[in-house]
Amino acid sequence: MLEIRGLSKSFGGVKATDNVSLDFADGSLTAVIGPNGAGKSTFFNLITGALQPDAGQILLNGVDMAGKAPPEIVRHGIGRAFQVASIFPSLTVEETMLAAVCADQRRAGVMHRRFPLAETRDRAEHAMELLGLAGKRNRTAATLSHGDQKLLDIALALVLEPKVLLLDEPTAGMGTEERWRMIDKVRELWEKQKITVVFIEHDMDIVFKIAPRIVVLCYGRILATGTPDAIRRNDAVIEAYLGSDDHSGAVA
Amino acid sequence: MTELQAGQGTQPLDVARIDARPQRYRDVLIALVAFVVLALLPFIFGSKQLLDFVIRCAAYGLFATSLNLLVGYTGLISFGHGMFFGLGAYGFGLMMQKTGVPIPVAFVATLAMTLVVAVVIGAICVRLKEIYFAFVTLAFQMLIHSTILSWQSLTGGDQGLRGGIPRPPFLSIDLSNHLHLYITSCALLVIGLLLMRQIAQSPFGYTLRMIRDNATRASFIGIDVWRAKLTIFVLAALFASTGGIIMALFVSGAYPEFAYWTISGEGIFINMLGGVTTFLGPMVGTVLLLILNDTVTRLTEYHGIVLGIVILFFAIGLRKGLMDFVVEWFAQRRGEVGERAP
Repeated sequence: MLEIRGLSKSFGGVKATDNVSLDFADGSLTAVIGPNGAGKSTFFNLITGALQPDAGQILLNGVDMAGKAPPEIVRHGIGRAFQVASIFPSLTVEETMLAAVCADQRRAGVMHRRFPLAETRDRAEHAMELLGLAGKRNRTAATLSHGDQKLLDIALALVLEPKVLLLDEPTAGMGTEERWRMIDKVRELWEKQKITVVFIEHDMDIVFKIAPRIVVLCYGRILATGTPDAIRRNDAVIEAYLGSDDHSGAVA
Repeated sequence: MTELQAGQGTQPLDVARIDARPQRYRDVLIALVAFVVLALLPFIFGSKQLLDFVIRCAAYGLFATSLNLLVGYTGLISFGHGMFFGLGAYGFGLMMQKTGVPIPVAFVATLAMTLVVAVVIGAICVRLKEIYFAFVTLAFQMLIHSTILSWQSLTGGDQGLRGGIPRPPFLSIDLSNHLHLYITSCALLVIGLLLMRQIAQSPFGYTLRMIRDNATRASFIGIDVWRAKLTIFVLAALFASTGGIIMALFVSGAYPEFAYWTISGEGIFINMLGGVTTFLGPMVGTVLLLILNDTVTRLTEYHGIVLGIVILFFAIGLRKGLMDFVVEWFAQRRGEVGERAP
């Protein structure tokens, strides 16, 4: 269970995250939406330790993550993927997975043995299978397609066996068809792995179709939380976000 | 807690998997062969000049290869790595002159001293981002160089550490014997390279590669980036210091130039010449630079111009070091573009 309590962060005078409190039940799938600048990415950065909150608590099964550095938060079980695929360009897919498992097993500093370690193989293999990257194991990350790089980024989070997986726009920069394939993959992973997944998404069709629960952020605050139907009918949401010209088509 | 169940649904794949074990034996075998060949050289050629050349290669090679652990593997561009070369030379020379301890003791004590200095300097430097890291390491180099110059009573100032380094024989090795010095230098080189190769190919070596490629992402998979950087900074310093020790033994003294920034510059130069994407690139670069130095200085007094043109050729013409070029050429011939053998 991930509980956010009164989380706040300001940049200068701008409140990027303003007293946000939210619960994410174990095994839930939640979409976070909101207009540009709503503080979605800041929200993720706070939870994962990339930014330090000004106030508030981030409780993972009762343990407060606020103020901890990213490596420690990752070890507690909060993994993330990035809006722009964050990978290791010169490593192959397989090396990336093996090295990540190494790090997770606290063996990133081992010097007296050769890479890769036998005990990292099974998990690396399994993660590559899950994301459909096994056939591209010997490709360096830099040579992968955009979509595969996003998958590798997710694999990198997933291979650590997180309790909570945060995906910052898994479909960013993709064509329509590719988006659906990616989001099906996300849903499939969520169902198979039974982990808590929270993702940021801009495409309303996708959000309303696959997310059982939606959180709407606006100016750093929670505007609404609920099922797709409830969000669709929420007046505040329609006015603040969905009602704007850009997205009028999506509400219909 | 979710478990990624192992082996579930995995079918045998015909794609080659990375295998670790044979690599290590292969490296040890190559090292042994290299050592035997080097050890046989004096009995085949008997030219003192050649042996001197190899000893200098050992000193600079250890230094340049250790710099590559920072530059090529971790992405830490240090412009002050030469300070550890100088520290090794002076530390060892002073220890032998002032205390008269056996050589192995002085060797270990010098490395211990280097370790302490490197931990302190590293702890300050590795937090800094690229350009700041480069300049602050350079600043420390200048600090150490100035200290050596001004602490005349201990270091001999700009005259250097003179009067020779005493070399009491140990374990029937007599380093005042040229052949013994040669074999010992070769042994130190081969062992040093083998150790660095082990580091580069270990899980820690891959941690370094991840930090080089994307330090932010590395921290988000649970890697303590600062600690890893400090560790490799200190380890590289130890190998550079060993190079300095060999140099001190070779010239039987230590000179302020050993700790001057130009040594660091030569290290970078060597890495550019040889290439930073292969482990042996810096070794090849060392041999190239020393040959260039020796031949060009014999032919013309304007050797700076010639070396400058050479580095321009590599930097602008090839855009990579010689070994990078060779490896890529072979890879292209085998049609492996985009795919890479581990």
